[in-house]
Amino acid sequence: MQGKAPGLWAAAWIVAQKDLAIELRTKSAFLSVVVFMLLGLVIFFFAWDSTAVSALDLAPGVLWVTFTFAGLLGLHRSFGVELQDRAFDGLLVAPIERESIYLGKAIANAIFVFAVLVIAIPAVALFYNLPLGRAILALGFVAGLAAFGLVAIGTLFSAMAVNTRMAELLLPMLSLPFFVPIVLASAQASTRLLAGRPFTEVLPWLKILIAFDIVFALACTVAFPHTLEE
Amino acid sequence: MTATVPAVIASSLVKRFGGGRRAAVAGIDLTLHAGECLALFGPNGAGKTTLLRLIAGLLKPTAGSVRVQGIDVRRDARARANVGLISHQSMLYTPLTALENVEFTARLYGLPNPRAAARAALESIHVLDRADTPVRTLSRGLQQRVSIARATVHGPTVVLLDEPYSGLDEAGGAALTGLLQSLRARGATLVVVTHNVGEGLALASHAAIMTEGTFARLEQRDDAREFDAKRYAKEYRELVTHAG
Repeated sequence: MQGKAPGLWAAAWIVAQKDLAIELRTKSAFLSVVVFMLLGLVIFFFAWDSTAVSALDLAPGVLWVTFTFAGLLGLHRSFGVELQDRAFDGLLVAPIERESIYLGKAIANAIFVFAVLVIAIPAVALFYNLPLGRAILALGFVAGLAAFGLVAIGTLFSAMAVNTRMAELLLPMLSLPFFVPIVLASAQASTRLLAGRPFTEVLPWLKILIAFDIVFALACTVAFPHTLEE
Repeated sequence: MTATVPAVIASSLVKRFGGGRRAAVAGIDLTLHAGECLALFGPNGAGKTTLLRLIAGLLKPTAGSVRVQGIDVRRDARARANVGLISHQSMLYTPLTALENVEFTARLYGLPNPRAAARAALESIHVLDRADTPVRTLSRGLQQRVSIARATVHGPTVVLLDEPYSGLDEAGGAALTGLLQSLRARGATLVVVTHNVGEGLALASHAAIMTEGTFARLEQRDDAREFDAKRYAKEYRELVTHAG
């Protein structure tokens, strides 16, 4: 009854659908991440001296810091679900390219992280009374690029860290240095968008984001199969 | 006349972990043809599971190679399309239902009608009535049956079984034996790791005792003579006692 094994992207989509089905069934990671992120926003809000720092200067940084740490919680779970009962062996023994496992995980993580951002951005706007109006689409685009980069890196390091004894510590330690250019460019681009600055001021940061996304996505896809060797 | 390609060829297979001096598998040579069944016995730590994982392509050999249906399992993903792996760990996603788990595997193998194939695989191991039950709520034995359906849904020509009877009740064990016999009748090659000598020898065309990464004994069933189960049991007990 043998069939034709799916290609790279078809297999990736099958893996992504499985991960999303598990998350929809349990909802545990999404709820944890959203609650963690909202709590972070609340703490930042109460620690904020509005007479010293303007909302427009502070809010983008708060958004990307809380989002980065909340995202790490979700990314850690990405390969965690494969550990139980060695389900990952079932994936590895299937006749699919190793890269498609990485891409599938990354697609599911990107959808997950983008769903978190859909809640995070309006929440930040609400807390800091930001004028989202005209900037919302452009901000969504920046968020998409940032999510893509964070997921590309986080998915790879999640695979590397998951089998270690200190996975919760190792994942942020490995990922955060690589997140810096993405968080920096996202925060700078969002500050300018929210301040209503001309697009020419935003463009250089978008170029940096796109360049990092392409480099990290390609490098991590190539590197992933090597993280599986014992 | 064309020569048939052996189902499994392991050549000078060696596996060391973490650069260690001791080899978990230390130079195994093995050839199995279609329809043959190797029963593999040995104490804990003898290298049986590592050997299965090498044949499945889950581990990279330190030296040597494994070919399944003539294709190197590490170099070509297509080789793995011929392999089914059953372990004492279920390899299932517990939040998903039994049917979703098996259907997911069927889709990974590119079966034309994955839902129907998944239902047929669950039926073959008598667990179709639990198809829509989340795996986490199933008993250990029923999970093992779903795991067997997952590993055989694509009709593998090489089935690797690591303690497959673990957790199964009498009915589950009988269903598994029936399934393995039908797989063999269809020409599938089986490698069964088990601590139950009688159970293993009943299925086997080849039997081996493994210790310290090598075959202490490897023999083929003679058409005129059954395996000497008593001798195997005695040797196995001695090895286990010695290892303990």
